[in-house]
Amino acid sequence: MLQRTDAASGSLAVEGTRIDLIERGEGRPILFLHAENGLEPAIAAIDELAKSAHVIAPTHPGFGRSDMPNGMRTVDDLSYFYLDLLDQLDLRDVTMIGVAFGAWIAAEIAVKTTARLARLALANAVGIKVGDRETRDIVDVFALTEPEYLEIAYCDPNAGRRDYRSLPEAHVLAAARAREATARFAWSPYFHNPRLKSRLHRIRVPTLFLWGAHDRMVGEAYGRAYCAMIPGARFETMERAGHFPHQEQPGMFADKVSRFMEEN
Amino acid sequence: MRVYQFSEQAYYPTWNDHSGSLRVILPNRKCDPRVAADLFHRYYDEYQACDDIGLDIMLNEHHQSATCMSSAVVVGLSVLARATHKARLLVLGYPIGHRPDPLRVAEELATIDVISRGRLDMGFIKGIPYEIAASNRNPVELMERFWEAHDFILKAMTTHDGTFNWEGEYFHYRQVNIWPRPWQQPHPPMWSTTGSTAQARMLGERGYVMATLGTGYGTRKIYDAYRKTYLAKFGRAPTADRFAYLGLVAVAKDKEEARRRGHLIAGYLRTSSIVHLPFRNPPGYLPAEDNARLMRGETPPRSFTKDGRTINMHAAAMEDLIDAGILFCGTPDEVYGQIVAFCEHCGGMGNLLMMGHGGELTHAQTIDNLTLFAAEVLPRLKTYRQPDAEAAAAGVAA
Repeated sequence: MLQRTDAASGSLAVEGTRIDLIERGEGRPILFLHAENGLEPAIAAIDELAKSAHVIAPTHPGFGRSDMPNGMRTVDDLSYFYLDLLDQLDLRDVTMIGVAFGAWIAAEIAVKTTARLARLALANAVGIKVGDRETRDIVDVFALTEPEYLEIAYCDPNAGRRDYRSLPEAHVLAAARAREATARFAWSPYFHNPRLKSRLHRIRVPTLFLWGAHDRMVGEAYGRAYCAMIPGARFETMERAGHFPHQEQPGMFADKVSRFMEEN
Repeated sequence: MRVYQFSEQAYYPTWNDHSGSLRVILPNRKCDPRVAADLFHRYYDEYQACDDIGLDIMLNEHHQSATCMSSAVVVGLSVLARATHKARLLVLGYPIGHRPDPLRVAEELATIDVISRGRLDMGFIKGIPYEIAASNRNPVELMERFWEAHDFILKAMTTHDGTFNWEGEYFHYRQVNIWPRPWQQPHPPMWSTTGSTAQARMLGERGYVMATLGTGYGTRKIYDAYRKTYLAKFGRAPTADRFAYLGLVAVAKDKEEARRRGHLIAGYLRTSSIVHLPFRNPPGYLPAEDNARLMRGETPPRSFTKDGRTINMHAAAMEDLIDAGILFCGTPDEVYGQIVAFCEHCGGMGNLLMMGHGGELTHAQTIDNLTLFAAEVLPRLKTYRQPDAEAAAAGVAA
């Protein structure tokens, strides 16, 4: 286990910013960067991954119970936060996994340096602009009702449905904070950094793109275009999964990542 | 008391022709520019009439909406700065947290102040949630941007010895030196709006005129929050002129006609919240804790009647609106009595923002409404003695 986390509370302070962080399993290190819907929906996938690896899964600043430091408002800021975390925990040969919004953070980290990374797995990644200025690559989810959102984000909308009236208060607050934090980082430019695309060639570690085939928030063509910008990256689709494939198919997700780790 | 006439300048011809949203997404092909022109000229005529009969004028702006055609409030201010001569011109308000360029705001408002020869009242507001979709400004940190824009605009209006530098969190300028500078010194009077005691406390510390809308007989606690911080900061109680309240006003010689007018003006209330659901509460507009409570189904009531009942002002019956002090309606005597009773509840309220036109009230009805009010209610409100300010604040000082 890591030396510099507080195992009792599951928290870690990085340059004065306290975040929640969970650790599961033993073996090669995985840094898991959660999607815009927070860490809780990723727990099943993290447990699957932890059967053969040491998974470190932080809750991003502004999400869950993690601090939201003043002045942090871009995914670029988040990428530097995680570069500090990698240094602080002295992680090496890391397999960095990011899903959706988390994959955007992972890409922003990897274009800066891959010194501590062995490989990269990005699922239903956002973060770049592919189409022309009048074509929306990513559906404006802030203009959708909750049922409309669930319909396009999941293969099975029930997988994402939550009854906030019966959930514990802390879960409801985490969901509200996740929505706010997503807006903070992804409102405009919408779910992308116009500068990122021209930097993707700098990613020189083995990279796997996973894509939940039923994602109607961001289509597969976007994913394939993104994948093509990273040298040597491989693209695999996942059936019966949408924008959060780790959540809808945690076993298949972990299998694909484990195989990729063995082969690369 | 001062009374400011206000109209949302609605494009009401489409009010029965929409698909669940009068704002943001209602296609503008439903707006006939010829009809819009007629309406604008009519609304400006009504505002000009106010100038002749002793009423002041309030303007606002909303965006992408059939409920309010005034999408660039500086246009209406510009027209009226030239076309009127006596009325004060209150902008309530200017949504400065949405503006990419507060230097432009400072220039616009200073110019309006000069052209009107010092008749501008300057209200800065957060803006309702539906404005976010139109401006595309991040709802997170909206108020941080608001306060930086506020600080910048006041500095631009009060710096007279050459350029200054501004490298803030959100706005960057190196050679700021606006021409013209405002007529009123050090700057036009500051106003803002709120529905919360937290914001009221901040406004009290600054001594700005604070306006509320739809708070009815729940207004006193918001005013008292203001009184408390004002008293702590300035060492004296805020007088009634620090408080403003937006109420619908329908007055007529007979009660039945007043009710008819009130019903038409209240069309504003019935339509103003017809907005596609996702635009009603963008993430970050409210604190996450408040959103968590909303997700759990806990919706705090906003409008209260005199006897403590809560009402939904967007769907309430006329009598409930009157009981809540949201609509002042009746003969001149009745309306005067209702307004005075409300002032007494507030512990003093010195600026009535009077929605004397709303929705489908015709031009003739509007002119009659305003004229009758100005002739038979306004003179009595001018001489009405407000509750003692120190006594009103005594209860909150402890």
